[in-house]
Amino acid sequence: MSAVTIEVDGRPLEAEAGEMLICVTDRNDIYIPRFCYHDRLSVAANCRMCLVEVERAPKPLPACATPVMDGMKVFTRSDIARTAQEGTMEFLLINHPLDCPVCDQGGECPLQDQAMGYGKDDSRFMERKRSVPSHDIGPLIATEMTRCIHCTRCVRFGEEVAGVMEMGAPGRGESMTINTFLNRSIDSEVSGNIIDLCPVGALTSRPYRFAARSWELRSHPGISPHDCLGTNINIQTLRDQVERVLPLENADINDCWLADRDRFSYEAVNSENRLTQPMIREDGEWKETGWEAALLHAAKGIRAVIETASPSAVGALASPASTLQEFYLLQKLLRSLGSENIDHRLQQCDFRDDAVAPRFPASEVPIREYDHLDSVVLVGSNLRKEQPLLSLRLRQGQLKAGTSVSAINPMDFDFNFDTAELRVAPGAEMLVHLGALAESVAGIQGISLPPEIARIGPASPMETTAQNLVDAGEKGLIVLGALAQQHDDASLIKAIAHWIAEHAGCKLAILAPANSAAGWLANCLPGSGGLNAGQMLNAGLDAMILLGTEPELDSLHGKAAFNALEKAGFVVQISAFKSESVMQYADALLPMAAFAESAGTYVNCEGRVQQAGVAASPRGESRPAWKILRVLGNFLGQEGFDYITLDDVSGELESALDLSGISPSARFTRWQAGNPKSPRGEGLLRIAETPMYRLDPTLRHAGALQRTADNPPPAVTVHPDTAQRLNLAAGNTVRVRNGTGQAVLPLRADRRVPGNAAYIPAGFPETTPLGGQVPVTLEKA
Amino acid sequence: MGLDIKQLYKTFTLKELRKGLGVTGRQLFRKKTTIMYPEEKTPKSPRFRGLHALRRYPNGEERCIACKLCEAVCPALAITIDSEEREDGTRRTTRYDIDLFKCVYCGFCEEACPVDSIVMTDIHEFHMEENDERVINKKQLLEIGDQYEPEIAAARKQDSAYR
Repeated sequence: MSAVTIEVDGRPLEAEAGEMLICVTDRNDIYIPRFCYHDRLSVAANCRMCLVEVERAPKPLPACATPVMDGMKVFTRSDIARTAQEGTMEFLLINHPLDCPVCDQGGECPLQDQAMGYGKDDSRFMERKRSVPSHDIGPLIATEMTRCIHCTRCVRFGEEVAGVMEMGAPGRGESMTINTFLNRSIDSEVSGNIIDLCPVGALTSRPYRFAARSWELRSHPGISPHDCLGTNINIQTLRDQVERVLPLENADINDCWLADRDRFSYEAVNSENRLTQPMIREDGEWKETGWEAALLHAAKGIRAVIETASPSAVGALASPASTLQEFYLLQKLLRSLGSENIDHRLQQCDFRDDAVAPRFPASEVPIREYDHLDSVVLVGSNLRKEQPLLSLRLRQGQLKAGTSVSAINPMDFDFNFDTAELRVAPGAEMLVHLGALAESVAGIQGISLPPEIARIGPASPMETTAQNLVDAGEKGLIVLGALAQQHDDASLIKAIAHWIAEHAGCKLAILAPANSAAGWLANCLPGSGGLNAGQMLNAGLDAMILLGTEPELDSLHGKAAFNALEKAGFVVQISAFKSESVMQYADALLPMAAFAESAGTYVNCEGRVQQAGVAASPRGESRPAWKILRVLGNFLGQEGFDYITLDDVSGELESALDLSGISPSARFTRWQAGNPKSPRGEGLLRIAETPMYRLDPTLRHAGALQRTADNPPPAVTVHPDTAQRLNLAAGNTVRVRNGTGQAVLPLRADRRVPGNAAYIPAGFPETTPLGGQVPVTLEKA
Repeated sequence: MGLDIKQLYKTFTLKELRKGLGVTGRQLFRKKTTIMYPEEKTPKSPRFRGLHALRRYPNGEERCIACKLCEAVCPALAITIDSEEREDGTRRTTRYDIDLFKCVYCGFCEEACPVDSIVMTDIHEFHMEENDERVINKKQLLEIGDQYEPEIAAARKQDSAYR
């Protein structure tokens, strides 16, 4: 690319040859009006709003589709340009209704603004305006298609960025409409972005519908707590109530996009199920009380257990979505009481590698590099639903640089990128196929496989994938997703992945849930002799402190967790939400602030430390969790809980934890691999994935997300052939049984599930009795 | 310093006093302009800006569509609106409060309203006895509108030629 000089409105500007004119003017703060052009989408040049005069060109040219040439002279505000822009605007407004007062886009509408800046004050159009029927396209997006100006940004977003062609433009000319194909709903996990992209009020947010006006909202920068990216969000409030969430552009993390999970989870903050008053259970009766009484009750209960049993009879579990300060204070409280039973890894089943684990589950590749990788192997990862924005980056990488992606997954997940090689490997098979990859890498590098891996079992070699990884070197990546981390042999999977990364010379990423990295850094983990999350929920302790988690839904072994908590003598639940099951086992409910109401630090998978501020005051009597833990520490008579502000906590943990210069490494400190212990048994292997909108209590209370297609009611999904073999048909109600319990669920058939497995989601009350990835049998109910 | 003859003449003939009394005398026989308020009232312009009201359409549907332009334009921040989607899918207010103590009766709300919903009537005789009565809500505003609709409509009609 060679540099050229062009002249815009008399100003000489430097540009790259072949660059589009609008990119050059944008970079130099010369504004050209536009509707269809967006710097993250392809050029369509169909709105014609960016027409400018170019010297020696016979007609005005669209700036978004005109490559610059050396010596080009451009006039953006000349008579010719202005007449062209005015004419375009007049045509655009022909069919646009003048319903700005009831339109949610009003006040932040490019069409409104540009009609003021570039339009005439009157229309000469006297004929009938057209009206276009709007269809229901799902619970997240409201449509008003008469307002549409056919810029096709939403169509191009689906096609190019999201990778699902959901919107289209059937009809031509006057009868052209933008609609979903066959009037289906929009089910993409990043669909909310088309609300931001739409330059008019045709696509608006449904949960936010008619709630507020853009000019009266206050913006507060925040961090989304739901995945390991630390997505930057703009939380907007009206009179201290969260009304909507928009993306905050950060090229290193989320670019200008946002996953629906981050965008719409704020609804939970305003949910009717918020716990707004401290509650205690006395003689089996729940009653609302003040903070003083509730904290006294909680402290008394915990102290009684310590006195009658021992400090090690007390345990604490934190939600992985907690902040660094909350993790730190919880572990400090427990350790000062003399207990080492602390954990936040509710979904994990295999803890054998704790002694050699990396400092925190990390991605060795920075997030912004995910679109420049050569070769990626996904292991137990439904990346598109787990980390939607990373999936978008991988897709961009594939489109631009041809990233080859292979997957070793329990089922054939629907990705928005192509997979070069796919191994469908439920249960213990995941190990076998990962072993095969290791063997192929060993073959290429001419080294021998360690006996721990060699003994796992034979599978057809993965030569091409191994070769790609080796060739990619630093630009190769193995991703361990949620299904690998919650595997019964997770430690072994990590060990093999570590071995492969080491010997193929590629990078490794463990994409842990939510803010888990901060949990690791704050040492919210069992110490020596302490119980981990699995043991606490299996064995049951005399007293438990729960921070923002409902283990009966957050843990894979829901029923066991519930029983253990019910058996426990005293349970303190610090939660933002009320829940019936919690009321059954808890003895004190302390209302905590929801995510937008509490400040704190988040650490993402690349080790980036980000602060989130307070966007709104906590509801009712609820208080930020760090304050609750601080005062609970006082009531329990512990030293060192005299913080005044959050900064005091941050200051202390910074010196205690040494967070400066944490390097993201996902490698074991010393390589070790145990024996496989995945459960075997009669029946179908259970694939127990927690769907993306059931991951934490906040998401479970976000109304619109719960109604999306990504959150169908729980069901058993099997391969159609399996259903036939068992004499069952899709739609049947089946009784699912395994060693731990049984459930009655509807049956669905899907070819993506392998023949020897059944996909039964976790995170629903209906499926908790089935516990973990234990093989199941099906029979007609 | 000599004695000012003119000044002495004015002083002793009481010229200024008689001149003043002359004005009083003339006014005594002119037509009276005093209004015996409250028994008598001056005529008011159709543009008079008095107490606020929310209007309805002839079919009984409230005009307000919760666009919040009045709230935005109000220089005294006297208007507070909450809005939501009504069951029939239309945009409506759930709360429309005007603080009559904050209001400066500038009439910008009426100017901003795209549907002629919020109007200022010619009612200027109102009072409150309790502090919280100063904030009038949507129900009260609609009631004022219902009660004075003929007068409100007549005033708008009279002024329509100049709008």
